Amino acid sequence: MSTITFDAVSHAFGERQVLRGIDLRLTEHRIGIVGANGSGKSTLVRMINGLVAPSSGTVSVDGLDVAKKAREVRRLVGFIFTNPDNQIVMPTVQEDIAFTLRRRGLSAEEITQRTTAALHRFGLAGHADHPAHLLSGGQKQLLALAAVLVADPKVLVADEPTTLLDARNARHIGDLLRSMSQQVIVVTHQFALLEGFDRVIVIEHGAVVADGVPEDSLDAYRALLA
Amino acid sequence: MTNRTLAARDLAHIAIFAALIAALGLPGALSIGAVAVPITFQTLGVMLAGAILGARKGFFAVALFLALAAAGLPLLSGGRGGLLWFTISPSTGYLYGWLLAVVVIGYLTARLLPKYPFWPAVGATALGGVVAVYLLGIPVTAINLGLPLWVAIFDSAKFLPGDLLKVVVTVLVARQVHRAYPGLIAPLARRSSSGTAPAQVDSAPTA
Amino acid sequence: MIGLYSPGRSVVHRAPTLLKLVLLSVGVVVIGVLQQPWQLAVAALVVLTLFVIARIPPRAAVAQIAPILWMLVIVVPIQGLLAGWLVAGLMAGRLITAVALAALFTLTTTVTSVLEAFQRMLRPFGRWIDADRIGLLVALTIRCIPLVTEIVTEVLEARRARGTRGSVMALAVPVVVRSLYAADALGEALVARGLDD
Repeated sequence: MSTITFDAVSHAFGERQVLRGIDLRLTEHRIGIVGANGSGKSTLVRMINGLVAPSSGTVSVDGLDVAKKAREVRRLVGFIFTNPDNQIVMPTVQEDIAFTLRRRGLSAEEITQRTTAALHRFGLAGHADHPAHLLSGGQKQLLALAAVLVADPKVLVADEPTTLLDARNARHIGDLLRSMSQQVIVVTHQFALLEGFDRVIVIEHGAVVADGVPEDSLDAYRALLA
Repeated sequence: MTNRTLAARDLAHIAIFAALIAALGLPGALSIGAVAVPITFQTLGVMLAGAILGARKGFFAVALFLALAAAGLPLLSGGRGGLLWFTISPSTGYLYGWLLAVVVIGYLTARLLPKYPFWPAVGATALGGVVAVYLLGIPVTAINLGLPLWVAIFDSAKFLPGDLLKVVVTVLVARQVHRAYPGLIAPLARRSSSGTAPAQVDSAPTA
Repeated sequence: MIGLYSPGRSVVHRAPTLLKLVLLSVGVVVIGVLQQPWQLAVAALVVLTLFVIARIPPRAAVAQIAPILWMLVIVVPIQGLLAGWLVAGLMAGRLITAVALAALFTLTTTVTSVLEAFQRMLRPFGRWIDADRIGLLVALTIRCIPLVTEIVTEVLEARRARGTRGSVMALAVPVVVRSLYAADALGEALVARGLDD
């Protein structure tokens, strides 16, 4: 597992303070992050691969300062977003999976080989040449996952990956996230997704208000919501 | 990020607007008047690209759209595509006019921002979206059909009401968008206040 | 990418794209300067033969040429009165023949190979134009067309559901704003997926 550290991280969008003085050390295999809309959790996880740079403080992944080594860090950290439609950047399923690899300068053979493997692993083999927009919502999220995991990152960050999916597809994505050997950091509102996780962090108004095993953290979060 | 390479967000803006021009061609062409050059909302997309993305990104968006249509994708209104619309069709000149239009509108809009006053904006958008487009469109219609220029001019008048409406719509839309979403075009009027551009990916996430 | 391409294996289909582009340009110029009806007839026959060789379904061919025919219905009488019927007829014949030739190119050449040819033509300008980025932009745009089309459809439906029809503004503003948000999200995804590697 990688070690991700937040050291006195604060962030503001203009006037609005979204994160205040976050100190975290993430080393567990499966970590969940929960919090209300606007609590700052999406901003927090975007700092892990440098999509958002903190106004103050530092974030690092395995000792690499994200602000200074964003490129290296992005190779270690894969990211999937809530809406797979906005994450698919190529016209067809196969091209989209290959996109990530092509940016890495791999040989054509290796790209084909790894793309094919990913297509099979995520049950998309029958759709290789199909236009990506014709996939169902669940398949699109599978494609997003495949396109990120094909590059073999050490950490996978997922920002509400099941919010737009129906219950069945949400469960499927949840099972996949749970079964992965990589370190997984998931932001979600769906507690079922966090079953079997090692640690859950609760964010409220830009600060950590609970942090521990899922049962305790989720109890604390429910109390907060009540 | 150097000036020559386009940042990821710029690439996405360009692709989305090229796609928007294509999507606006879907409702289908409407032909009025004698020499049928179909009237569509695609010119609205072109004007919006200039007024919202600025000259550089807007130009790329229109050029990309035209290149895809020329390559044979049926993206021009009414499901047309292919090289003939860019060479021997009577409406050819109008398509090239779009490239000029988006640059004129983009450049002038950058000068009018951040205030973007209504009437000057209408003037700027009309100069690009109507004058520049017709300037290239009319002579080519005349040449490709072997007609005298005055017939082509007379014929183009049928576009005028629709195009003027699109000019006004463009300005009203651009106004709301620039207010809700500042920073799409760097204002040109003042000397650039050094390096205040935000990091291109540092936009507020939704949750 | 299918586009207007009409699949086939004929000589016309298999000829290199750049060669076809050159022949098309030459052909259009030659047709443009023809002055005698018999010359035009020969040119039209050549183009027709090419259509037959390429085995283009007559329907696909007509669909390409029809929009121009509509224009001619109006233009030919105007020109007949202004310049005489022979001139008008020749003009119409030249236009139809040239349009058919250009349509033949589009019908027999895949979008991918035309785009490749475009990219090759841009190569001499490599100092100013990054061919890699252009290729990426082309693919990204093709991906975005269904995305934006969906946005337009959804906004149209929402408008219908609320019963606010008519206003172009009520369509344009949400379409543009939602498109811009989609662009931001795409930009973010491009960065996350290593665009700047």
